[in-house]
Parts: sequence; C-alpha cells; structure tokens
Amino acid sequence: MIRFVVVRIFQALPVILAVITATFFLIRMAPGGPFDSEKAVMPEVKAALEAQYKLDRPILDQYFSYLADLGEGDFGPSFKYPGRSVNELIAAGMPVTAELGFYALIFAVIVGGLSGVIASLHPNTWRDHLPMTFAMIGICVPSFLLGPSLMLLFGVHLDWFPVSGWGDIPGDKVLPSITLGAAYAAYVSRLSRAGMLEVLSQDYIRTARAKGLSEWRVITQHALRGGLMPLVAFLGPAFAGLLSGSFVVETIFQVPGLGRFYVQAAFNRDYTMILGTTIFLSTLIVIFNLMSDVLAAWMNPRLRSELFNYD
Amino acid sequence: MTEQEDLEINDIASGSSLSKDAWIRLRKNRPALGGLIILTAFFAIALFTPWIAPYGYEVQDLNLGATGPSQDHWLGTDIFGRDLLTQIMYGGRISLSVGFLATIVALFIGVTWGSIAGFVGGRIDSVMMRLVDILYALPFMIFIILLMVVFGRNMLLLFLAIGAVEWLTMARIMRGQVQNLRQQEFVEAAVAIGLSRSVILVRHIIPNAIGPIIVYTTLTIPSVMLLEAFLSFLGLGIQPPETSWGLLIAYGAETMEEYPWLLLFPGFFLAVTLFSLNFLGDGLRDALDVRGAKD
Repeated sequence: MIRFVVVRIFQALPVILAVITATFFLIRMAPGGPFDSEKAVMPEVKAALEAQYKLDRPILDQYFSYLADLGEGDFGPSFKYPGRSVNELIAAGMPVTAELGFYALIFAVIVGGLSGVIASLHPNTWRDHLPMTFAMIGICVPSFLLGPSLMLLFGVHLDWFPVSGWGDIPGDKVLPSITLGAAYAAYVSRLSRAGMLEVLSQDYIRTARAKGLSEWRVITQHALRGGLMPLVAFLGPAFAGLLSGSFVVETIFQVPGLGRFYVQAAFNRDYTMILGTTIFLSTLIVIFNLMSDVLAAWMNPRLRSELFNYD
Repeated sequence: MTEQEDLEINDIASGSSLSKDAWIRLRKNRPALGGLIILTAFFAIALFTPWIAPYGYEVQDLNLGATGPSQDHWLGTDIFGRDLLTQIMYGGRISLSVGFLATIVALFIGVTWGSIAGFVGGRIDSVMMRLVDILYALPFMIFIILLMVVFGRNMLLLFLAIGAVEWLTMARIMRGQVQNLRQQEFVEAAVAIGLSRSVILVRHIIPNAIGPIIVYTTLTIPSVMLLEAFLSFLGLGIQPPETSWGLLIAYGAETMEEYPWLLLFPGFFLAVTLFSLNFLGDGLRDALDVRGAKD
C-alpha cells in the first residue's frame, strides 16, 4: 500500500512539472505583451516595466527563475493589479470558491443520495421515474442556463433570495450553491440508484430479511454501505468539474472567488495571474485525483496491482 | 402473436442482420425514437436555414427593439429588433456543427489511439494507455480557456481543442473492444491467410467494434456541445458576428429581467437537443447491447 502511494506521487510530480512548463511557454507565445494597452506607453517606461518584471531577460532564464520562485511558493506579481501579488489574489479567492464548492457538494450528496436511494427502493414506480426524470434534466440543463433561470424565478419573481453577491445579505449563498450542485446531484442520484439496485439483489440482503430484520435496518445497516460505494470513486473527478463549474457560477452570481478571477484574468490578459492560477488549480486537481486513487485502492486491493501491470 | 415471435419468424424467413435487429429494438424505445426525430428535424432546419429563416441574419429594426412573441416574430425580437427565431436557427447551425465536427476529431484520434494500443499490446500498449491516464487527470477546461486566450478565439482552434480533449474515453473503450476481438477466430483466420496487421485492424477489427463507436459518439456530442456553449457563454468561444446557442443564452442572461424570452427560448433549444442526444445514446446502447460505454 505504501509502495502504491509512493509510486503514485512520483507519477504525479512529472505531470505537475509538465503543466508548469507547458503553461509558461504557451503564455509567452501569446501575441501582444502584457503592457501593450490602448494607451501608448513611453518606450522608457515600457523598458523599465519589463525590467521590473524580468521580461527583458532570455526566456530560459525567466523560466528557471520562475521555477525557483514557485519552489518557494511565490507566484510572482500580478500584471494588471499593480502592487498585488498572485498569491494574494489566490488567497482572497480560494476560500470563497472552496466554500461554494463545499455547499454544492453537500447539496449534491444529500439531494442526489436521498432521491437515488428512494428510487432504488421503488423501482419502476413514480417514486423511481420522478427523481430519474429530474436527474436527466439536471444533466441536460447546463449551469449557465439553470443559474439565470433560478435567478429569474426565485430572485426576481418570487423575491425569496438575493440574486448576486456572496456573504453580504443572508441567503445570497443559496442560489449559487444549488446552481453549481444541481448537475452533481443528478449524477449522484443515478449512481446511488444503480449501486443500491445491485446491492439489494445480493444474497446477504435476502439473509438479513430472512432473519426478520426490519426493512429500515436492512437498508441502513446492510445495503447503504455497499450501495453507496460508487460515490467515493465519483467524488474525486467531481472536484475538477466543480472547479471549472465555479467559473460560470461565480461569473453569473458575481461571487468574488477564484473562478471569477481566472475568467477576468483571461479577458485582461493578466499573464502572471493566468499562469499562477492555472498551475495552482492543476496542482490541486492532480492532488485530489491522487487522493481519490489512493482511497479507491485502500478500499479495493485489486486496484493496487494495476499500477505495475496495466491489465 | 408478439413482436418477439414475429421477429423470430422473420429471421427464419428472410434472415436478419445485426443492424436490422438493432433498429427494431430502437424503434420500440419511445424516448430514443423521439430524440432521433427531433434531431433529424433540427438538422434539416440547420441545413436549410439560409433559405427558410423568416428574416435575414443581419436584418435589424432598432425602432422595434425587444418585443415578445408575436405574429411577425414567433419567438420575439432582441434589443436590436432582430428576429429571435432567425438568430436561434443560425446559432443552431454553429452549435450543431461544432458538436459534430469536434466529435469527429475526437472519434478519429480516440479510435486510432485505442485500436493501435489494444492491437499491438505489450509495452507500447502500457505506455499509450498510461499517457491517457495522465491526460485524464489534467484540468482540460482550464487548458482550453488558456488556448483560446493565447491563440485568439477562432472556430478551427475550438474544434481542435475540444476534439483533443474528448478523445480519451473513446480510446479506452476502443482498446477494450480491440483486445477482445483480437482473440476471436476470424482474426486468427485473417492472420492465417497472411493479411498484414494494418489490413486486419482496419478491415476486420474496427468494423466489428462499430456498435460501441456509434453509441459513444452519440454520447460525446452532447458533452462537446455543452463545452462549446460553456465557452461561448464566458465569451471565450464563438465570437460575434457569428452566433451560437451558448452566446444567445449569454446575451439573454444579461437582459433576462426585462426580456426573459431572450434567455428561455435559446435555452430551450439547447436543452431539447441535449435531451434528445442523451436519450438516443441510451437507446442505442440498449439496442446495440453495448455495455460500459458510458463512464
């Protein structure tokens, strides 16, 4: 098991290095420097700025100096917000995005899990068809359509929740969290239904029933543990999806999180910010995938041997 | 007489091909058949849009402004007085073509990669599939945004970037298929008569994996269309003067408080298309009896 973890970590390191390298050189290939604004800047000023941000040095030099800075956890200064570092912007945005993602995930697991379990207990009745129809809607209606629609209905017409902001007015966290979580609730619902249906047909469930246990105990003590196993494998990859989903949700609801900063940086051509956030988010996602792999291998020892022999 | 018996008698009488059986099964699946009909209709409309659109693409009437659905404009008009139905028809052309072309790119890379890995096997297979695993772990959404920022927002790049992301699952499925087929007797027979490996792969193995390829292609198109709409919504995909459903939804969201129909109608068309593709994909999977084609 330890060997599995160590090998996986050493497999992840080159991936992160490749991401850093590819992002760095891609950004340098972009047409137009960061200081080519609409206003004409005096050549001396431009040269001074470029010297300040080390852009006058050879590119490999810049690359290694950037790597060295990264090694110390320094993402460098932001090009567009003078005097602020990329670290500060990430530190400001990340807690908000993490909170949003956390609420979305809670919503997804509770709503999706409950509806999926209920559906699996009454297969092919309306209690199965109704949640599964909603799940299909959740998968097919994208967040950028769901978000504005919820805003229109609950924010404007019914006036139950505020339509934008984060933590300013009570209740303004509700709509963004539901919007981000809806698609995941749909997947969780389908996964837990399928998982439960499979477990409920097993012999040990029949044994439990034959012992005369109440249906409630059969389900909560025996079926749920196995039936919800597929969810664990789903949550790792879901994390990456939540992060990119937050780009849209934060833009729609004007939530000051990392996703919104990233989209703004992309529009402003704030190269150090794009570079920094890309590296930060990619590393985070690689780490989460790693953890999800390790968790899956811990629960299912057969997966550990796959490491060395693909089949 | 049940349809099943009917089918069996027909089998004996005239012989039945795999595709004929699949079609009969698909026809009984109402949601899938509905999806197929809707998609065919949307395609036909997209194809003939320049001739059947009620107004020209660039026709606007600034004096009219945004109006709700009426006799002259079935789905209303936007703030420039442009007919929304016309905009949706032209936007659908782009959304559907991105969906299909990018899927073809993904299909081509995925089938080639997966079938070579599965057919050659051994070390090459391990290395190729390990690479797929590594790519799976990367946050591609971020990379597509990065590519669009660096190289400018053009459609060709959009096809290639989305296609380059979506091939991974196709490669995995193909590899599994080819590994199974490689051990079948008809492949041994092909080896015995001295066919070259590339001929065996292209003529004998890939055609036998066509079921999973069709099913997975149907299920890739909606995720590609979503990706395009997602990027366009953020302003990083399709650029004006072109339009797409994602872009129309983005404009609609800006003015939804005053003119909700500008959000709801384009959203409706996108959602219906995605529904149809998902139902058709699920139906095809059952009809062609493909397992594990959707992760």
